Amino acid sequence: MDLDFLWTTFVRLIGGVPLTLQLAFSSIVLGLALAVLLAVMMRSWFTPLAWAADGFVFVFRGTPLLVQVFLIYYGLGQFRPVLDDMGIWWFFRSPYYCALLALTLNTAAYGAEIVRGGLQSVPHGQIEAARAFGMSGFTLYRRIVAPIALRQALPAYGNEIILMIKATSLCSTITLMEVTGLAHRIISETFRSFEVFFVAGAIYLAINFAMSRLIGLAEARIAPDLDQASRPAEVH
Amino acid sequence: MPPKSFLELMQWGPQGWLDEMTFATGLTLAVAICGFLFGLAFGTLAAAAKLSRSTILRRAADAYTTVFRGVPDLLVIYLFYFGGSAVVTAIGAALGYSGFIGLPGFLVGTLAIGIVSGAYQTEVIRGAYLAVPQGEVDAARAFGMSGFRLLRRIIGPQVLRYGLPGMGNIWQLVLKESALVAVVGLTLIFYEVRIGDLVLIYETRFSDLLRQAHVAAGSTRQPFVFYITAVAFYLVLTTASTWAFRQAETWATRGMRRA
Amino acid sequence: MKITRLVVVAGAVLALGLTAFDASAQMRKVKVATEGAYAPWNFVNSAGKLEGFELDLGAELCKRAKFDCEFVAQDWDGIMPSLLAKKYDAIMAGMNITPKRMETINFTTAYAAGAHGFLVMKNSSLTKMPGGEFSLTKDPAGAEKAIADLKPLLKGKILGVQASTTNLAWAEKYFKDVAEIREYKTTEQHDLDVAAGRIDAAVVAHSAAKATMETATGKDMAIAGPAFSGGMLGLGVAVGIRKEDNDLKAAFDDAVKSAIADGTIKRLSEKWFKVDMTPKS
Repeated sequence: MDLDFLWTTFVRLIGGVPLTLQLAFSSIVLGLALAVLLAVMMRSWFTPLAWAADGFVFVFRGTPLLVQVFLIYYGLGQFRPVLDDMGIWWFFRSPYYCALLALTLNTAAYGAEIVRGGLQSVPHGQIEAARAFGMSGFTLYRRIVAPIALRQALPAYGNEIILMIKATSLCSTITLMEVTGLAHRIISETFRSFEVFFVAGAIYLAINFAMSRLIGLAEARIAPDLDQASRPAEVH
Repeated sequence: MPPKSFLELMQWGPQGWLDEMTFATGLTLAVAICGFLFGLAFGTLAAAAKLSRSTILRRAADAYTTVFRGVPDLLVIYLFYFGGSAVVTAIGAALGYSGFIGLPGFLVGTLAIGIVSGAYQTEVIRGAYLAVPQGEVDAARAFGMSGFRLLRRIIGPQVLRYGLPGMGNIWQLVLKESALVAVVGLTLIFYEVRIGDLVLIYETRFSDLLRQAHVAAGSTRQPFVFYITAVAFYLVLTTASTWAFRQAETWATRGMRRA
Repeated sequence: MKITRLVVVAGAVLALGLTAFDASAQMRKVKVATEGAYAPWNFVNSAGKLEGFELDLGAELCKRAKFDCEFVAQDWDGIMPSLLAKKYDAIMAGMNITPKRMETINFTTAYAAGAHGFLVMKNSSLTKMPGGEFSLTKDPAGAEKAIADLKPLLKGKILGVQASTTNLAWAEKYFKDVAEIREYKTTEQHDLDVAAGRIDAAVVAHSAAKATMETATGKDMAIAGPAFSGGMLGLGVAVGIRKEDNDLKAAFDDAVKSAIADGTIKRLSEKWFKVDMTPKS
């Protein structure tokens, strides 16, 4: 093995790590907020609201993220005059914001299902018991519903976080030079696909390993009594 | 030249792109099916390795699932696309054959997807196998069943039953992941032998759905029309698959007590 | 019955296969790769077929060299690795001869040569860039001066360039310190972003820029600034061939020279580019 090459590749690829992490974390945080909103909409008594949320989830879970990225970046780019008039062109002009939007909408759709599953898992008896104690509204949510739903949803959400870190690689197709984009560039310069894959793969595995440890710690804090290993892993 | 309308762009035949987009949907389906089947093969092998007594096999299977579930799929596709043919040619050269060994793009793309989906399928197959009650296996053994017959009559049907929901998830994943081959341009090639009096052979390329949308968007400079069409076609594929898997689950769990 | 027929078919397929590789009995089969996304050099039309200057020229060259040629489409970023992996035997994809590429593959005599420059929107401030024509080979000092004059005008701008091209290498060498450079997979993609106003200019071959300007999207675009050629931008567009394939190179060399000599390249060039792109020796 050519250690010199591996090292220079490593140094170049590390340059893409901040962008990868920035895309992943921003979209996860924004996506979670949107996911909670969608999950609440899905349970709403007002049917049009529930339909809108269902439709959103259907479209974004039913199509590849890459198509969503291209539709938002190149597809909407075609409507510059309209977006200009609406005063939001500055947003769609930037490949970073377009990528962030696509990632956020995508993870929100998957996240909504996870959050909904968490909310559904809250036993009705517990809510009734809390009501009997005089709890209601926000207090009920904060003390009873949220903690139960959260610890039910966290393992699946942990999976979603890892998937989002991987998904940031698609942003390289719209000119963002994150780790995979840089790896592609080095491969097409040097044709040394194996070494570059080796280094880039190691970087992603390290990030994911660190992330899953953090998620594991969070799970242990929130739900120390639950056996995490017995839960089935969910994929999408 | 004024821009063409949606209907003009989307007509069937040489003037429009609807026929290309439809064939491309077929190719996407073919890529997904082949990728899924490759994945089933890899996944079964890796699950068997994880369930085996050999430490080395277990470690190797763990490494396989960790790497391919942790590394972006796009990176795996780049590895196969740029590295695949080179490896095969090198192996060929080592065996003393110096010829044109290029892996067909279709094989490279579906193998890459198969490797990744196999890493996910491993867990589903392993889980489904472990869900088969040991008592039933013991009972079958007591009846004198063994080997292949035990697998076919007792274990196989139950693994299928327990594994189907997970497999349905992975099929949806593979269907969407197949879009990634568009980045490297996987094509199934059909030949048209002559043009005029020249012996030149032009190819008729069948691209996958997203790639076709790319090509059409580039050629007509109307990206929105083609990407939104791709979205619609993908929704048809995923909705049809959801329905098909629901039917399959009903079939596989027939006669089972409702929990 | 069925088995006999299968054997006959298998025999016929085998015989076909054998004759195809028998160079003395039949014309040599040569696979040529092109990109299919670089109008008017090579692109895919609405019937899904490859078309363009290099498809026409390729047919001519193969006829002259007595090759049985087959064109295949290959993405630009994998076009050299796949040649080395023997997926095909030659590249005709608007590919310029450069010393860097010569380290890996070989080139025939150039069959076309053109200038490179900036594609901008007509209402862009960059249309005020000074003009002129500069050869990086013949007049390096003049070219450097022209580049230095451009720098202040390009300050803070965003330039789009196709990845792995001479344009990218050139833009990165001279403008990286003043402008943001974004890489695109195809020229079609950076054209869309020029139109959308995401980038201020595309660094591109004039030939491709003119083709864009012919389209509905490109009607408000213009070529701005000086025209640069030669040097690291490339010493002309040529057929790319593996280093060891000397006989293939020789045959294509002869074919290109004869196509230049009898005006075929001029004719095809005027058909596709509206100007004569024949290399001037």
